[in-house]
Amino acid sequence: MTTDAASSIIDAPVAFSLLRTMWRIRAFEERVSELVATGEVPGLVHLSIGQEGVAAAVCGQLRHDDAVYTGHRGHGHALAMGAPLDRAMAELMGRADGLCHGKGGSMHLVDVAHGLLGATGVVGGNIPLALGAALAVRLRGGDQVAVVFFGDGAVQAGHFNESINLATLWELPAILVCENNGFAEFTPRSAHTKVERVSDVVAPYDLASETVDGNDVFAVYAAFGRFLARARQGRGPMLLECLTYRLRGHYEGDPARYRQALEVAEWQARDPILRLERRGLEQGLFGQAEVAAAEREAREAVEAAVQFARQSPFPARDQLFVHTYAEQE
Amino acid sequence: MSQLTYLKAINRTLAEVMRADPRVFVLGEDVREGGPFGATQGLAEAFGEERVRDTPISEGTICGIAIGAAQAGLRPIVEIMFIDFITLALDQLVNQAAKAHYMSGGQLRVPLVLRTQGGAGQRAAAQHSQSFEAWLTHVPGLKVVMPSSASDAAGLLQSAVADPNPVVYVENKALYFQREEVPDAVAPIPLGRAAIRRPGRDVTIVATSRLVAEALAAAEQLAGEGIEVEVIDPRSLVPFDLEAVASSVARTHRLVVAHEAVGQGGFGAEIVAQVQAAAFDELDAPIERVTAPFTPIPFSPPLEDAYLPGKDQLVAAAWATLGYQIGG
Ligand SMILES: Cc1ncc(C[n+]2csc(CCOP(=O)(O)OP(=O)(O)O)c2C)c(N)n1
Ligand SMILES: [Mg+2]
Repeated sequence: MTTDAASSIIDAPVAFSLLRTMWRIRAFEERVSELVATGEVPGLVHLSIGQEGVAAAVCGQLRHDDAVYTGHRGHGHALAMGAPLDRAMAELMGRADGLCHGKGGSMHLVDVAHGLLGATGVVGGNIPLALGAALAVRLRGGDQVAVVFFGDGAVQAGHFNESINLATLWELPAILVCENNGFAEFTPRSAHTKVERVSDVVAPYDLASETVDGNDVFAVYAAFGRFLARARQGRGPMLLECLTYRLRGHYEGDPARYRQALEVAEWQARDPILRLERRGLEQGLFGQAEVAAAEREAREAVEAAVQFARQSPFPARDQLFVHTYAEQE
Repeated sequence: MSQLTYLKAINRTLAEVMRADPRVFVLGEDVREGGPFGATQGLAEAFGEERVRDTPISEGTICGIAIGAAQAGLRPIVEIMFIDFITLALDQLVNQAAKAHYMSGGQLRVPLVLRTQGGAGQRAAAQHSQSFEAWLTHVPGLKVVMPSSASDAAGLLQSAVADPNPVVYVENKALYFQREEVPDAVAPIPLGRAAIRRPGRDVTIVATSRLVAEALAAAEQLAGEGIEVEVIDPRSLVPFDLEAVASSVARTHRLVVAHEAVGQGGFGAEIVAQVQAAAFDELDAPIERVTAPFTPIPFSPPLEDAYLPGKDQLVAAAWATLGYQIGG
């Protein structure tokens, strides 16, 4: 579907809401980058700067009773599902008021109340979990859907291939969203596989799949919306490949020597936020003042989240032992 | 009461838990046909193919699907046909199931049962006979159950299904066709409660799974020689009933630990460590271990027979704790 056709289904409130979500993610990620540099956010941190359009367009159409699974680059998905900024930031800082009380961290944000069921650091390991959530919908009845985000690197993992087979065999209401940013860590896709497009990998399974410009938030919104309507009727699975690019290194601290300056500059020009702003202004979906407000409000909210997180205590030492096993309810 | 095999007790309990709780479903390779031994026979006819799901040979993904379904509130029972193939599911079991509750700060629960079977003696060679329970006991968040009798198989399976945690339920193929009297209604057996299979005052033998029967046979023989052996079956390794073993050692002052898995890094080593810490002053002799040798499992019948630990080694080990060397 072309962008023009897509934009006809995106009205002004939706467009502005997408912009606000994308700015929240961008402002969050940029602040996290600073906090990693100063040591306030410890550990391994993978930012999604440049990929916000996918998170906003997909999660913006989901409900809190849907099941979303993400991976190591998952901050944006969590925030777009509605995870509170302050508790997400507190989690990244390892604080007691974090979403997971400081037990998960950047790679493992979970917010069940908002439909975020998990984030895995083992590439590809989240895909079967989403199938399980979709199977639960099938067995229980309901119109919920399961969505899993993963990168192009996960496509070469056994779990992906087993999962495509099973999801199609069982016709599970799951939508697999691949953010194809061209790299797995420091290695381009061409060094890992002969199959360039992920939608081509799954072609023999005869499932609905589409490759879209992941930096065109309207295109992602429209394509995902079509898939979602089918999944709500219990149909599936579907695969949405979003071509995108991370504008930061693989992890914070990655000097990213494996990338060409020209390539980065080209993708910077295709920044999904810039593109949405340009289009929204052109089409009169929002005005300059609203654009400025979206960014300002996001940065203010993130700053408040940082203050909240800083004031939250570290977990008490006895929390080390809590939640190793679940108690009978 | 009726005469039931270990396998039939499992089969009957699966049907009972499925009847009692619509959230329970079964998935695995060939489960509709009953699997290679028949553990799931008749379930598809009774409960339909939606709840008894045949899967392709994708152990990792099957296990992950069970985890996702458990997180969504169902009670999956996933079957890994031979424990030898659990290697393919370990990523899901270890990295997802075991720690989801912890990593999410208590938000997620994974009430799943992974049924599998191990054990040698069937001339099935090195990739269909192994005992891998120790790997699983090494992972915080997993529970590990090893029933040694038909009644226990029934009672422990009920508790495993009711447990809010991932439970690995390890059957033993050598026990499948043993018959015993089983009550028509078996009560759930709580995980973490050992059973004293035979009381005795001279030596304690802690044995798991197939070696429980071997320990009882050893105790019978030793009784003829004037030695009274207490046989304890921990039934679950995680949680482990240290209290039961330590208080037995406080009576007998001698301990033999026995399992079919190889000794090196085996769960027996953990039992030894826990008992010496809890009851060092009670011990009158070094703790003996009876395990398989540190080799792969051979195919040739005489070699496999030589591989398998059993009654004779248990008798020798018991004598060793009493200060006598028997055999080589
Ligand atoms: C199973 C596994 N192998 C290796 C790694 C190390 N690793 C972390 S991220 C990553 C690359 C993932 O690439 P992709 O799936 O494309 O996601 P992206 O980082 O590009 O978002 C690798 C190899 C891992 N986390 N898990
Ligand atoms: Mg990638």
